[in-house]
Order: sequence, then C-alpha cells, then structure tokens
Amino acid sequence: MLRFIIKRLFLAVAVAFTVSMISFSLLFMAGDPAIALAGESATEADIEAYRVQYGFDRPIFEQYVSWLGNFLTGDFGKSYYFGTPVFDLVMSKLPVTMTLGFCAITFAILISIPMGAIAATRPNSLIDRVALFIAVVGQAMPSFWFALLMIVAFAVKLGWLPVSGSSSWYHFIMPTIALGYYATPAIMRLTRAGMMEVLGTDYIRTARAKGMSPTKILFKHALRNAVIPVVGLAAVQLGFMLSGSVIIESIFALNGAGFLAFESISRNDFPVVQALIMIFSLIYVLLTLLSDVLNAWLDPRIRTA
Amino acid sequence: MKMKLAALLMGVAVLASPATADKNDDTLRIAMAFDLENLDAYQNTARVGIILARHVWDGLIYRNPTTNEYEGNLATEWHWVDDTTLEFSLREGVKFHNGEEFNANDVVYTINFVADPENGVRPARNVQWLAGAEKIDDYKVRVNLKYAFPAAFEFLAGSLPMYPDEYHSSVGPEGMAANPVGTGPYKVSGHVQGELISLERNDAYHPASPKGAPSIKFIDWRTMPEMNTQYAELLSGGLDWTWQIPPDQAENFAAMGKLNVTNEMTMRIGYIGMDASPRHGDTPLDDVRVRRAIAHAIDRQGIVDSLMKGASVVVHSACFPSQFGCEQDVAKYEYSPEKAKALLAEAGYPDGFDLTMSTFYQDSPPEAIQQSLANVGINIALDRTKYAALRERVHNAEVPFLYMSWGSYSINDVSAITSKFFRGGKDDYAQDSEVMNWLEIADTTTDPAVRKENYSKALKKIASEVYWLPTWTFNSNYVFSKELNFVPTSDEIPRFFTATWN
Repeated sequence: MLRFIIKRLFLAVAVAFTVSMISFSLLFMAGDPAIALAGESATEADIEAYRVQYGFDRPIFEQYVSWLGNFLTGDFGKSYYFGTPVFDLVMSKLPVTMTLGFCAITFAILISIPMGAIAATRPNSLIDRVALFIAVVGQAMPSFWFALLMIVAFAVKLGWLPVSGSSSWYHFIMPTIALGYYATPAIMRLTRAGMMEVLGTDYIRTARAKGMSPTKILFKHALRNAVIPVVGLAAVQLGFMLSGSVIIESIFALNGAGFLAFESISRNDFPVVQALIMIFSLIYVLLTLLSDVLNAWLDPRIRTA
Repeated sequence: MKMKLAALLMGVAVLASPATADKNDDTLRIAMAFDLENLDAYQNTARVGIILARHVWDGLIYRNPTTNEYEGNLATEWHWVDDTTLEFSLREGVKFHNGEEFNANDVVYTINFVADPENGVRPARNVQWLAGAEKIDDYKVRVNLKYAFPAAFEFLAGSLPMYPDEYHSSVGPEGMAANPVGTGPYKVSGHVQGELISLERNDAYHPASPKGAPSIKFIDWRTMPEMNTQYAELLSGGLDWTWQIPPDQAENFAAMGKLNVTNEMTMRIGYIGMDASPRHGDTPLDDVRVRRAIAHAIDRQGIVDSLMKGASVVVHSACFPSQFGCEQDVAKYEYSPEKAKALLAEAGYPDGFDLTMSTFYQDSPPEAIQQSLANVGINIALDRTKYAALRERVHNAEVPFLYMSWGSYSINDVSAITSKFFRGGKDDYAQDSEVMNWLEIADTTTDPAVRKENYSKALKKIASEVYWLPTWTFNSNYVFSKELNFVPTSDEIPRFFTATWN
C-alpha cells in the first residue's frame, strides 16, 4: 500500500509541475509581457523599464526556475497589477471560491445520489428516464449558459434572487446550483450503475429473503457499498468545481479566486495567474490522489493495477 | 428530498428580495467592467482610475467638457512667466476631506513629489515634463517645466490632482490608496478590492468649483466584468448606470423602453496603418497610388452607418476633431471603387494583390474592410491577435498593414496622437523627416499660432501621402435608469457629480 501511495504521489507531483511549466510558457507565448503590462500609452522607455524591473530580459527558463524556487519556499512574488504580495491576495479571495466549491459539490451530491439510487431500483422506468434526462442536460449545457438562464428567470423575471455579488449567503444560491449541476450527471450515473450492480448481488438477495424492509435494504445495505466509488469521484469533481468557478464567479461577480484568475489573465498579471494555476492544479492533483488512495484502500485489486 | 430543497429555495426567495438601494435612499449604483488596482490617482493607469480621480480630487484647472475651455478650479488665475515657467494664484478657503486647509504648500508638495522619478508615478508620461514647483506665498506658486510643453494645461486639467501635503507625507502612497483624501466632490467611504468602491457626497465641496455642487448623496461603484451580468442587474433594477454597451445590445435596451440609452463619441479613432517607408521591405504599399486606392476602396461611411453606429463619424485627418491643432482641411478620399481600381491599374496592379491585415479587434469592422478591399481586387488575409502581441510585432517591423485605434488618453491636443505615430518612433510607418520636423516645432513651442501652422502642414502631408488612413471615431453607449439625469461627454470620463435624480 505504501509503495502504491509513493508511486501515486510521485505521479501527482510530476503532473503539478508539468502544468506549471506549460502554463508558464503559454503566458509568454501570448506576447511580450512588458508591453502588455505597460499598456497602450506607454513609451518605449516605460516598456524597457518594466522589462528590467520584472526580469523579462532574462531567458525564459531562468525566469521559470527562479519563479519555481520562490514558489517552493512560499514566496509567490508580488502582483504586477496590485503591487501587493500574491500570497495575501490569493488568500483573501480563496474563501469565497472554497465556499462556492463545497456548496456546489454538496448540492451535487444531495441531488444526484438519491436520484441515482432511485433510478437504479426502477431501471428504464419513467423516474430512470427523467434522471437520465437531467443528467444529459447537465452534461451538455455549458455552465455559463445555465447560469444566465437562471439569472433571467430568478433575478430578472421573478426578482427573487440577487443577480450578482457575494455580500450574503443568498448570493451563493444561483452560483451553487449552476456550478453543482455540472457535477450531477457523473455522480448520478455512477451511483445508478453501482446500485444496479450491488442490488444484483447475493447478500442483497439474502437480505430480501430475510424479509428486511426494502428501504432499509436500499439505503443501509446497498447504497453504502454502491456509494464507495462515488466518494472518489466526488473528490475529483470538487477539483473541477474549484477550477470551474472561474466562469461562474465572473458571471455572478463573486469576488473570489476564480474571478481573480479571470481578471489577472486579461491584465497579464503573471505572478497571480501562475500562483492560481499552481494552487488549483495542486488542489486538483491532491484530490485525485486522495481518491486514488481511497479507492485502493477500499478495493485492494486497484493497488496492483 | 427534492421537495424539501424546492421548499427551501422558495423560502429563501421570499426572504431574499434583493436590496434596492436607489433613488429612494439617494444611492447611485454604477458598474464598471474593469477593476481598479490602486485608488491612489498616481499609482494606477486605468481609465476607471481617471474617472475616480475626477470625483475624489481636484486639479488646479479644469477643462469644461462642453466648451473645451480651461476654467480655474483650485487655481483662480494662471499665466506663462516664460516658456518653462507657469505661475498660479490659488483659491482660498478650500478644505480637504480630512479638514486640512488647501494652500501653496499642498501644490508644491504634490508637484515635487510626482516630478521625482524615484516616486514611480504611473503613467510617467503624465509627469515627466515637470521639473518641480516653488512657493511664492501662501496662495501663489510657480511650476517649473523641464522643457517647453504646450500640452501642459491638458495634463494640469486632467491628470494632476492635488494632494494634502501633511496627510500624504505622513501616510505615503499606501495610506493614500487605503484612505484617499482630496478636495473633490466625493469622498471615498469604503473599498472592497475587486468588488466595490463606496463614495459619499462632500457636502463641504468648495462652491466656486467649475465641477458644480454634487447632488446625489451616495455612489456604489461596483466591478462587474461580465457584461451579461450587468444587463441582468440593469433589468432587475440592481444597477442604475453602466456604459460601453455594444451597439446591438444598446438597440435592444432602447427597444425595451425601460431604460435611457444614449450614445456619445469618444476620443478614440480607428486607423489603417500602411507602411510607406522601407522598414518592411518592398510591398505594394510603397506606392502612394496604392495607398490612395485603398483609401478610395474602403466604404468608411457605410461601415460607420451599419457597424459602428451611434455618434461615430468618418475622420479624414489623423487626429480627433476636437483636439487642439487637428487640421480638418486635408485631402479627403471619397468611397469610389472605380477610382481605386483605376489607381491600382496605374500602379501596375490591374488584378490587385494579396495582403495581410493585422488587427486586435475581434468584431466586424475588420471584416467589412476586408470585403471593401476584395471588391477592388485586394485580397486581405485577416490576422487577428492580442494587443500586446500585435504591438510587439509592429515594433519589430513585421506588420506592414494594420487596423488599430488610438484614444489619445483623453488628451485634447494633437500632440497626444501625432507625436506617437509620426515623429520617427517605432510606430511611425511614414518615417518622413519633413513631417517629423514640423511636429517637433509644434510640440515644443508655446505659441498657439506656430503650433497650429506646423500641425496643419504635417497633417496635410500625412493625408495627401496616405501614411495613415484614419477611419472613424469610436462611440460608447450609456444605459441608465429613467430616474437618472446623466449627460455623457466625449472625453469618456463620466461625471457623476453632475448627475441628478429626476
């Protein structure tokens, strides 16, 4: 088991660094960062000053290594745009994103596990079809589109919910649904498949034969086992939620890390973009690792795979 | 479960009728798509920063946006002592938001602080012509220039707000950014980075100000990058004002009739740059007949009517019409594909040629230009890229033909455009020494007549040689509540201190 964890950990770290390297070079491919930073009305001298000030005159590899060295020691650098430490900036924005991410995944789980379980008990029934329909729509509809539809319905037409902002908890309702809905199809389908498999096993048949109530069988015996792989999936989905919040946050003008990422990209604030990409990818990689380990612990067959 | 959730949502919806701060509690709620990195007027380069500065601070003088005349604000009188010295008499009885009295010490402190390159004022262009200031008496100062700089008044009116010396010297730029203090019509009462700037009316605002007394008590200044969100907020009553709405959306809002939609020109003009110098090697553009053919081939009026819309107009001279020195009596090229074809044939291209046009615009005008040129046989390949990347390639002489725009950073003086594009720098596609010479004279003398004469010569040659084909002015759509009286200005600086409720 330990060997498995070490192997996975090594892989996770490799993925994180590949991500950072690719994102670092992509940012430079988008044009001379000094020109972008200095803005339209900057003189040649202004641009040169930026180039020297931020070290863009050095080879890109050298810049990457120095950035990475600083990052590993916890020094994320200073934002070009705000002139303040990136670490403080990111930390002040992460709570909103984390809140949104956890709300969204909770919402997705609360919706999809019961639906998946019920759908599994009556395969090909109307309930199953409805669940499938919801899943397909969730998978097919871009989250920004769904968010806009909700805004039109609940904020503009009905006036029940505020369109944007993060000043109270009801500002999070629409963003939570928009973001969480995206995760429901996968969780729902996996729950359904797991349930169908479990429901066909011997011990469920035995339980039925013993005369246990169907609800008890369904939730106590079947769901418990069927839901195990779902836990792993949910962890991965949470990673998606956090990175997916870039779009949702900008639509709902939630002042979180995703919004910061969106804004920082458009103003070429590399240290902030880099730090956010690293943090998001590290979280994602960690969650994936966690789910791998969890699955391996639950199912010894995976360890040898 | 689902029932419970639905019930919960319904319950929440009843409780959560959105807060409606508006006319009733005298709060104007506005949205800007861009965030402001730093509230200190000397530490940001964004347009929103310029707008905020007009509300929180005052300059020595003020340019009336309607008449374009300079009026005294913190100064009452001013004159040139010589080419590089300006003398100002200051207004008495003005107080900063923190109660500090405004006098010569504040002006001397501010000018000397921003003139020192060590203090890193951004953008440097705003202050690099300043040498410093000296106090004559409590209400009289002299401002010294490094060199003759006729556009000085534009900058004094636009980008040199006066800071309180005692406050700023004790808190520094960080303190100023955290708690801005000025003499302006509004005070900053709160700030959440990336989200909200709260402004409150300065009831002690000095009554002689040309800005006039502010009327609306509170302004909630929100950052909303997503335009669709802004639309939804406008429609649901969560916002009272926004701007920079694309023409098609503005038409939708106008058709709905629930909101005011107005359109105003901006100081930005579009241009087609053509490499007339040998910088890019041999291209058909080296021949002035080809450049003239291109000028005749593009249906600028048609593009303005169908795509730019609003207050946009076709421009013929390489500047914004209201700018000082913007000569209008220059060669004009009417839309005539026949003339274009004849000129091309004369230049030896009867069947046209292939050319790449670079632009950072993602909208339709580049395609309309492409179509116009296709009609006379010039096949344009569109090369769309990001602004920074394009500018880099322009500077490396890799882009012989382009469509871009220039906003003159709202400076109402021709030097803000011609000096950048025709004085021999990397953006100069003409590299014409005669033009450079005229511009240098015009940029460095304070005599308005001499300046006008030389700008005129330069602009006439730029037009007749078609070094640039100026295309059209840009415009901005403003959408706001029917409850609000708001008048936009062509310098793209919304003035909420003149706004009132109906």
